[in-house]
Amino acid sequence: MSNKKRFSLLLVCMMALVAVLGACSTTTTNTSGGSAESNASAQIDQIKQRGKLIVGVKYDTKLFGLKDPGSGKVEGFDVDMAHALAKSILGDESKVELKEVTSKTRIPMLNNGDVDMVIATMTITDERKKEVDFSDVYFQAGQSLLVKKGSPIKGIEDVTADTTILAAKGATSIDNIEEKVPDVKVLEFDNYQDAFNALKAGQGEALTTDDAILYGMAAQDPNYEVVGKPFTDEPYGIAVKKGQTGLVEAINKGLADMKADGSYDEMYKKWIGKAPENK
Amino acid sequence: MPDFSILTEYFPVYLEGFLNTILVSVIALIGSFVLGTIIAVFRITTIKPLQWFGTAYVEFIRNIPLLIIVWFFFYGLHTFGARMDGFQAGTLGLTVYTSAFIAEAIRAGILSVPKGQMEAARSSGMTYIQSMLHVILPQAIKLVIPPLSNQFINLIKNSSVLTVISGLDLMYFSDKVNGDSYATVDTYIFTGMFYLILTIPMSYGSHVLERRLAKSS
Repeated sequence: MSNKKRFSLLLVCMMALVAVLGACSTTTTNTSGGSAESNASAQIDQIKQRGKLIVGVKYDTKLFGLKDPGSGKVEGFDVDMAHALAKSILGDESKVELKEVTSKTRIPMLNNGDVDMVIATMTITDERKKEVDFSDVYFQAGQSLLVKKGSPIKGIEDVTADTTILAAKGATSIDNIEEKVPDVKVLEFDNYQDAFNALKAGQGEALTTDDAILYGMAAQDPNYEVVGKPFTDEPYGIAVKKGQTGLVEAINKGLADMKADGSYDEMYKKWIGKAPENK
Repeated sequence: MPDFSILTEYFPVYLEGFLNTILVSVIALIGSFVLGTIIAVFRITTIKPLQWFGTAYVEFIRNIPLLIIVWFFFYGLHTFGARMDGFQAGTLGLTVYTSAFIAEAIRAGILSVPKGQMEAARSSGMTYIQSMLHVILPQAIKLVIPPLSNQFINLIKNSSVLTVISGLDLMYFSDKVNGDSYATVDTYIFTGMFYLILTIPMSYGSHVLERRLAKSS
């Protein structure tokens, strides 16, 4: 009898814990949402007061945001973009603090206020627009396939329901390929490096994501190549927390200035190796 | 309160992962129990090479992270021309890892059975294996139930490691739900509840079993 009682007490405790956790999550969203809407430029003031921009970038994506294991420095197009925006907003390009994000963590980290903005090869989609606000397009990419050289897969038309495709968790590329090939088998990994390692280990026939990232992987290992034409349009945007319109405006102004004075083209050429086709 | 519409909307996704987690746990539980018992017997025999092997196995496996073992089976096997998918590699990794802890728990149980029991069994004409099976192990099992059930609960929770090798377990599908719903806290509250559905009966069951065995002796 006492055992049954103890057991039900335990259950009650667990339920209470769940309720408390749930309550916590709702309250935080409410308060932060309210303050962000009340003053659009409050975020800019806060950044200026702090004296640095906190930017979420990827640490595992060649050409965009990659941590050099030797020097410990994070380098790439997204990182240069962060510095350029710090110059535009704070007047000093060195006033940047980088934080690592992945496709899975970038939206929660924005919503938690861990980062001011996310510059992490993030495609602008209607679904994501419900969660965060996006700047103008800062990079135009398209989804493609990476395969081992000599693979029978030469493009999206060779992908069938029997093909195993590797991708990163939380990326739009999964929805896209499932739309093109409805019953395709997709295995998801925590980041692109794990997905690429899985491709090397023969866990799948092709890795799919934006061509810009795939070119970076092909540059890392010449046994792999990008095949076929891009089969989607992937406009990358800089994401900020929902409602921070002042910050979005500041980012868009910075982007426009960079495109006008040629520093954007320079940055693009530095990482991608050619001039951008459409500005 | 957490948003229960996430649970209802994504229930089939959670369920697929939940069933796979049960499958992984059951296979790994049986596998690690069998393997762990064999290793435990190796460790207490008087045959030196078996003893060395048992000790090396336990000390090696127990002292490296589970993640590395699982990674080895998933990423590492292709250098030997073999391949395991995420589910297989994860289940095998979990079995191997847990067996080292189980071997230690069982060894401790066997050693705590008074020495006279073995001597009495042997002098009544039983072989070593017979004495083990009929005299020592039935007594040892009562002593090892609490530490074993701890290991099995750990095993169920550790099965979440399968997510990093796309092992299709509960955590993998929860990551999918999170990627779609963007409601991170709520998504994983429900994930935690699914794990509790497995672990709470496990620990409750072990209490019951422990008490019943205590009564029978």
